Amino acid sequence: MHLAYPAVLSALLFCTGLYGVLARRNAILVLMSVELMLNAVNLNLVAFDVWLSKTAQDTLHSGQALTLFTIAIAAAEIGIGLAIVLAVHRNRGTANIDVLRDTAESGTADTDGTDGTDGTDESDDDAVSGSARSEPAEKAEATA
Amino acid sequence: MSPAAAAATAARATTTTAAETHGFLSPTGVEIAFLLVGLVTFGAAVVTVTTKQLVHAALWLVVALGGLAVEYLLLTAEFIAWVQVLIYVGSVVVLLLFGLMLTRAPIGRSPDADSGNRWVALAVAVAAAAALVWVVVDAFRTTWIDLDGAAAGSTAVTGASLFQSWVLPFEALSVLLLAALVGAIVLSRRTKAKATATPSPPGPPRPPGPRSDVPRSDKEGAR
Repeated sequence: MHLAYPAVLSALLFCTGLYGVLARRNAILVLMSVELMLNAVNLNLVAFDVWLSKTAQDTLHSGQALTLFTIAIAAAEIGIGLAIVLAVHRNRGTANIDVLRDTAESGTADTDGTDGTDGTDESDDDAVSGSARSEPAEKAEATA
Repeated sequence: MSPAAAAATAARATTTTAAETHGFLSPTGVEIAFLLVGLVTFGAAVVTVTTKQLVHAALWLVVALGGLAVEYLLLTAEFIAWVQVLIYVGSVVVLLLFGLMLTRAPIGRSPDADSGNRWVALAVAVAAAAALVWVVVDAFRTTWIDLDGAAAGSTAVTGASLFQSWVLPFEALSVLLLAALVGAIVLSRRTKAKATATPSPPGPPRPPGPRSDVPRSDKEGAR
């Protein structure tokens, strides 16, 4: 088999995943696109490992070992990523990554001054998260 | 140095024979099968990133990942293929479907699945694809994978290399999986512990906590 076939296929899959990461709005769809990119890398690793194991005499089968490691790391990544997305959805009421702009520099400023004054007995973390939470949560409840 | 030089000369000899005997106009059966499965995989991947229905995206991802497992089988990497089927098709897609359901993704068509910078993303992806395909084809046009003989990725070969040369990264990977497990549990538990902690103080005249649903309207009214 020509090495160009799996190499071209993995390049196309990687660019498909790149488009998905850049263009999708739901965080879980972004995670799916990241999975596509990781799988493109896996196909590249396997193809080059098969080529090298038939060409050279002694190889460590590093491509297949790294493919297994990539699969395990991708499984860990999807678990942590989904936990983060679910925590964000529970706090903010949305998984839409265009809405989550609290750390943007020129975004709309949060009105947490009043909440900070009336929530004096609570910790700052609760006050800030509560004030940042109120508006998108109600928006999500209106859409749901 | 001398084994490396020998390997390089062997690779060069294989490359030259590949250029002489194997052309793109007379593909072998394995190449035709790889091409067909690759078209299915690429089409499923494109549908995954472009469909408006979120659950269908996860189901098309199953097709793409299963097609990649078939490609691994065609490349004689059997163990990787079955690991791909077990982990990706078996668990990762199920996790993604659980995530879609738990975040209350709409079942039907959602018109706002793609963000506003879709055309910029398309331009970037097409430019990257063109550059990568051009470079890859130009570099590996005459390289030939010899798929005959013993399988390059059978369970015996993969296990031997994994437990002879790659033991330390393998063990480090188990620590990473443990850390990911603990991290996922902590991320899922934290708000639940706070939610159970907030109703516990009985009502002294303090402003209502932000966690419960009804006092939020009270706070809005008080403001």
